[in-house]
Amino acid sequence: MTFHQSPADRALSRRKALAAGGVLSVAGISVLAGSASAGLFGGKNKKTKGDPEADAALINTAISLEHEGIAAYQIAAESGLLEPAVLEVGVLFQSHHKAHRDELARIVTTLGGTPVEADSQAAYAEQIEAGNLKNQADILQLAIRLELGAANAYLGVLPGLMDPDYHHLFARLAADEAMHWAALKGAVGEALPQNALSFG
Amino acid sequence: MRKILGGTLCSAAALAALGSAALAQSPATGDAAGGEKLYQTKCGGCHSLDMNRVGPAHRGVVGRKAGSAPNYAYSPALKAADIAWDEKTLDLWLQNPMAMVKGTRMGFRLSDAQQRAEIIAYLTAMSAKAAGGS
Ligand code: HEC
Repeated sequence: MTFHQSPADRALSRRKALAAGGVLSVAGISVLAGSASAGLFGGKNKKTKGDPEADAALINTAISLEHEGIAAYQIAAESGLLEPAVLEVGVLFQSHHKAHRDELARIVTTLGGTPVEADSQAAYAEQIEAGNLKNQADILQLAIRLELGAANAYLGVLPGLMDPDYHHLFARLAADEAMHWAALKGAVGEALPQNALSFG
Repeated sequence: MRKILGGTLCSAAALAALGSAALAQSPATGDAAGGEKLYQTKCGGCHSLDMNRVGPAHRGVVGRKAGSAPNYAYSPALKAADIAWDEKTLDLWLQNPMAMVKGTRMGFRLSDAQQRAEIIAYLTAMSAKAAGGS
């Protein structure tokens, strides 16, 4: 098995990429529709399928996870232990986690809930046992663990969400975390999983 | 290319089906060593043994009452639940926490019985150590 692509394959992947773009804009539209209907009906609650309160509780738990991730990258960035290139990637990944947090918080509010607030940086430093981080390699291993845990967390929580729109969102969040994980594994030169379906 | 891929996918599915058939025949028994890695990868986004993170600290969980880890802010639902954590209750919880305790904030489900058994064996071993050490 090789990774060579024939021109036909490349055209196919371009089409696939375009199709993926299409999916994103469909999500965009449904998000718009959701907030528009919330506005129309005047209430705080989006007209949801299922159990908005239960969904909001699970989405809030996901926000806690993102808060911890954002703090972990912050602690790593401020540690002075990272090479500039690694720092740059860390800042990029942190920005993804901030975007996740913002999107999840927006939904909790739409559902009539209150997005959970972040703890102090010191509390997160203790939670992730930042005192044990002595060098860049330690930090990368921590990031690998947290990203894998986050990808699996999203995949394992997804079936419990009542509104199918959130299934889609959680799958997209898991994909981001899996992308971070794979990039970090590559950066430290570790092998990728031998078996398929290793996530979830 | 497509044909080859199709073939690979089919046989992988067949193997997985065989695998789960084999598992269905023998009751799931857990191995704590395998459980440690599984615990890290499946639960480690939210939990660790000694720290309250997104979820409560887990050392000593087997044998304690639900909602009783010190200094963790549980949901009212789990705090009020009358459950003692043992192999059986943990196995139910991990299949679907929200079905067991309506209103809990943990939604994570682990559908693979073997993986549940290994993680529970690991948590049991860690809890026994905690009791022995204190
Ligand atoms: C998405 C984050 C998340 C993941 C992943 C997760 N949990 Fe939880 N867990 C929580 C939260 C949050 C609570 C507290 C729930 C509440 O207060 O209602 C909790 C509570 C628990 C409890 C009850 C503990 C007590 O003190 O009563 C157990 C047991 C537990 N989790 C086991 C696990 C195991 C084992 C895994 C992995 C197979 C796992 N959890 C994965 C978030 C998670």
